[in-house]
Amino acid sequence: MTIDLTPATLYPLAAALIFAGVVAVTLGGAVIAAASRRLVYSVSGLALSFMGLAGLYFFLNSPFLALMQILIYIGAVCVTIMFALMLANPNDEPSPLSRTVLIGLASFLVSGLLAVGLCLVIVKSQWMPKAVPVNAGTVQDLGRALLMRYGFAFELISVVLLLAILGALVVARSGRRIQS
Amino acid sequence: MKVLNLLLHANGSLAVYLMIGALLFAIGFFGFLRHRTLVGMLVSGELILAGASLNFMAFSHFRAADPVTGQAFTLFIMGIAAAEAAIVLSIMIAVYRNYHSIETRDLKELEG
Repeated sequence: MTIDLTPATLYPLAAALIFAGVVAVTLGGAVIAAASRRLVYSVSGLALSFMGLAGLYFFLNSPFLALMQILIYIGAVCVTIMFALMLANPNDEPSPLSRTVLIGLASFLVSGLLAVGLCLVIVKSQWMPKAVPVNAGTVQDLGRALLMRYGFAFELISVVLLLAILGALVVARSGRRIQS
Repeated sequence: MKVLNLLLHANGSLAVYLMIGALLFAIGFFGFLRHRTLVGMLVSGELILAGASLNFMAFSHFRAADPVTGQAFTLFIMGIAAAEAAIVLSIMIAVYRNYHSIETRDLKELEG
């Protein structure tokens, strides 16, 4: 079998290769985050997984969400977790107990069963046929929807974020006052 | 040849994205059960949220009439996750001040 290198065959091949790489980064980062003993590796694996997820969003035709994923999750959430980790300075994972292996094995079994079950459901179910899209899902459409149809939810999210910041300040400050 | 064709068009099928989402959810669940510190559990919770948002994105791209719906929902999930991370980290720092540890094993004394 010969592969003729025209754009018509080359582009799907390149897309499939990039997709495989993105999926590997996503799942590999997730495995590092879940299975690593050191918390710093765990947070780094989370950042790696989010990077791959941004690539998946790109494949799902929403580059705006991909950039937001990198900006919010990697740039804000992961960095904040890392900061708190260094502030609290915990000794990585606690000393191994005798039950640790048992707990790890049991949780692996349970989550493996969960994964197999979910994949079986996904493969076996019949999804509804694709609806005719009413718009192209571009950034303009997203902005229009956010400020018109989802305007109320958008404002509520802002209030929730404000309250979360204030609450975080209050909680972190009250502990300091008790100790001093 | 059929398998090769299937692999070549994997990025255009709904089931592939749903499976990646399911695997992310299962890995996050595994980490949630396995980790014994608050930070580890927070990281695993973020993985579970990531799996859920990938599901939303996949369904809205492949099935929904309005592809904006899933994107807006995923943006809201991001906002909620950021708020949640801020709260959890401040609680973690307060807990660390009082207990000098963030292992869940040590957090068993209540004061009321």
